[in-house]
Amino acid sequence: MNDIAIELKGIDKKFGLVHANKNINLSVRKGTIHGIIGENGAGKSTLMSILYGFYQADNGDIFVDGRKTVIRDPNAAIAAGIGMVHQHFMLVENFTVLENIMLGAEESQILNAGITKARQELKRLEQEYELEVDPDAIIEELPVGLQQRVEILKALYRGAEILILDEPTGVLTPAEADHLFRILEQLKEQGKTILLITHKLREIMAVTDEVSVMRRGEMVATRTTAETSVEELAELMVGRHVLLHVEKGPASPGEVMLSVENLTVRDSRGVDMVRNVSFNVRAGEIVGIAGVAGNGQSELLQAISGIRRAVTGKVLLQGEPIHVTGKADPSELRHRGLAHVPEDRQHMGLVLKFDESENSILGYHDDPKYLKGMFLDIDAIRKDATNKIEKYDIRPPNPRLKTANFSGGNQQKIVLAREMERDPAVLVIGQPTRGVDVGAIEFIHKRIIEMRDAGKAVLLVSVELDEIRSLADRVLVMFDGRIVGERAPDTSEGELGLLMAGVEDTKEAAQ
Amino acid sequence: MSVPYAKLPAWVDYGLIPLINLAVAFAVAGLVVLAVGESPVRAAGLMIQGAFGYGEGIGFTLYYATNFIFTGLAVAVAFHCGLFNIGGEGQAYVAGLGVALPCLWLDQFAPWYLVFLAAIVGSALAGAAWALIPGWLQAKRGSHVVITTIMFNFIASSLMVYVLVDVLKPAGSMAPQTRAFAESGQLPRLDWMFSWAGVDMGGAPFNLSFLLALVMAGVVWAVIWRTRLGYEIRTMGHSPRAAAYAGIRQSRIIIITMMMSGALAGMMALNPIMGDQHRMQLDFVGGAGFVGIAVALMGRSHPVGIVPAAILFGMLYQGGAEISFEMPQISRDMITIIQGLVILFAGALENMFRPAITAFFATLGGARADKSIAAAE
Repeated sequence: MNDIAIELKGIDKKFGLVHANKNINLSVRKGTIHGIIGENGAGKSTLMSILYGFYQADNGDIFVDGRKTVIRDPNAAIAAGIGMVHQHFMLVENFTVLENIMLGAEESQILNAGITKARQELKRLEQEYELEVDPDAIIEELPVGLQQRVEILKALYRGAEILILDEPTGVLTPAEADHLFRILEQLKEQGKTILLITHKLREIMAVTDEVSVMRRGEMVATRTTAETSVEELAELMVGRHVLLHVEKGPASPGEVMLSVENLTVRDSRGVDMVRNVSFNVRAGEIVGIAGVAGNGQSELLQAISGIRRAVTGKVLLQGEPIHVTGKADPSELRHRGLAHVPEDRQHMGLVLKFDESENSILGYHDDPKYLKGMFLDIDAIRKDATNKIEKYDIRPPNPRLKTANFSGGNQQKIVLAREMERDPAVLVIGQPTRGVDVGAIEFIHKRIIEMRDAGKAVLLVSVELDEIRSLADRVLVMFDGRIVGERAPDTSEGELGLLMAGVEDTKEAAQ
Repeated sequence: MSVPYAKLPAWVDYGLIPLINLAVAFAVAGLVVLAVGESPVRAAGLMIQGAFGYGEGIGFTLYYATNFIFTGLAVAVAFHCGLFNIGGEGQAYVAGLGVALPCLWLDQFAPWYLVFLAAIVGSALAGAAWALIPGWLQAKRGSHVVITTIMFNFIASSLMVYVLVDVLKPAGSMAPQTRAFAESGQLPRLDWMFSWAGVDMGGAPFNLSFLLALVMAGVVWAVIWRTRLGYEIRTMGHSPRAAAYAGIRQSRIIIITMMMSGALAGMMALNPIMGDQHRMQLDFVGGAGFVGIAVALMGRSHPVGIVPAAILFGMLYQGGAEISFEMPQISRDMITIIQGLVILFAGALENMFRPAITAFFATLGGARADKSIAAAE
């Protein structure tokens, strides 16, 4: 019996001038969990997309179960027994679980027979793999963890023997992630092969049997997980030694710079996303807001920075009220010393089609130092941009290059340079290192701590619990629009995880 | 991967790809000519001969091009803000009033340049006013500007029929048009430019408004790429969310952009009214507002692309007239077909050939590119 489930030989792929995959060789043993790790843009997703038939490799062969297989499209991948759970779920939100699982495998124009069959099959799968989910529940009413389970069931229903999971824990609470890993173990025991793509070293160490590291389109190493360490993997990913731990001294909080009182924010559907939230941020401290994505953090940031109107509540910036329920204007707030690094840098923080120097003034383009009358002072803008490029080590150091051509980490540095160099009193940062390579993370974390040490008030929102715990001086946990607790940053991950999952404040409950 | 297509050299992006798209559009048009039973080669020869072969032809080509530069710029300005102004036709039509009224009032006593100045301001204001309403509705009420500008074309058309028939038509005249302007309501023709080159322009109405169109192309470039307002317009066009983040007041920018667009479309009215017919007639716009969409698409919304694209469409109009004269099988509607094909290939299918071209240049410059990518990381 052949014990290699998938073998890739010499896979090569170029997108125009970008060489995404360079001569990749990979073999995955049957019945194992194989991790693929690498920075953003290292080529992990491209490689998996080739395996799942979204792209065709320019060169190289794919062997499934020892047989050379041509995978022209996802249907061919499914036929070869490969299933994929995408990072962003591919579910029809207003369909039931059963309908989603059948989608694309209906078998005939009349649905009835198919439904009966699917229901039976689903029951069997659920029992076999302990993947319980109500087949008649509507997808949008399910929590994210269960939606992901549906994705897995979908792949299994189509007879997948090999399951690819792309960054599966990005949207999960720590508890949900643990549950997912248990499911994966279960699947492994039943003989399925699992390919786990992630950039989180801890997950690799926790569940995989083997791990392959990608860097700049190349497969640089494959290790047996038990015989490697987080440090070695990080070094392989980045290509140099990295400091994983952030060094910072104790905080010395001063006056309250930002004060939020009873803030309630509604989204466009009329749902309250932020419910009666109050907190303070003092000069010289970093307040971290932890929580699973979608629990109101985005709306909170947008309301504070004047982009989204709040329903009720008061926000004071350096003691002066911000008109958050009315005409709070982001450019006015900038003048008053509030800098904002938005969560969504590609659509909000930057205009990707602008050149670097144009983005380096976004939001500050009304500053007279960038203007000559009604005209932009191009020379002054480029000179200013060049200074920031030097100071923040933005690469390539070309202020005239289109922003879309910078890597994620360098794009983030463009935003940080713009916001931090204005010497703001309050810095509001959302997801500072989302989609940023490990090397740049270190740099960004250092800068944030420097801002704190310079006496700025920093409000940090991140879905990476590790990031919050290593940067923040105080941690607030947000769940379902409310702040459900405040903790010190050295609180155990388990306790914070419970709060993030909405289990009410354990201390108060005890009283 | 977030970058499906890597960067191409500018001359490929702005020169080669539009040319390939155009060539395909003409090839398909050639097939239509063939299907009608005429020779596409002879038709092409006739078209080029008619448009550029003699002085009067060139004069007419540039006369039409003048219209299209104005309307092309109008569409382009709106594009930069992410707005699709289909109302150039109606804006230009209503702007006819902004040209005709100053001419009718002032042509008896003011010199031509004062009348011209008043007409420039009048046409721009009238065009801007006609675009203001759809702009305001888009900004404040979210009514889609594509729908409202189309509707405003119809309203403009009915309004102008009423004005020409019931208000401006001289008593006793049978034709729905104003009286002819006196000499100071007529723009100087640019014969002298032709005389320099030793060519006789004949009766072509090529006039001063062509130079105004070139000036406006320069103004549009400066406003869009060199002013704070242009920066805000482009931010809005590329990413409304980034504009909100930057504190740019979106409704203000939408309204201003639509008014600028309307003003440019409106200035088109100067060319036929003051430059050619010396009176305002029914339907003087003649579809130029719609041609502007194709011109802006072909010109990639950049003045440097719009001017040659406008001249190309001028050629189609003038040369097309020549073809239909020589080949009775082919009517002037052929031009509409070619226009449609250009919109199809240069606009809707703009990216059809791009992957192949990108791949071609990738293999060409592979080694050089690898280096630049390594540098980018």
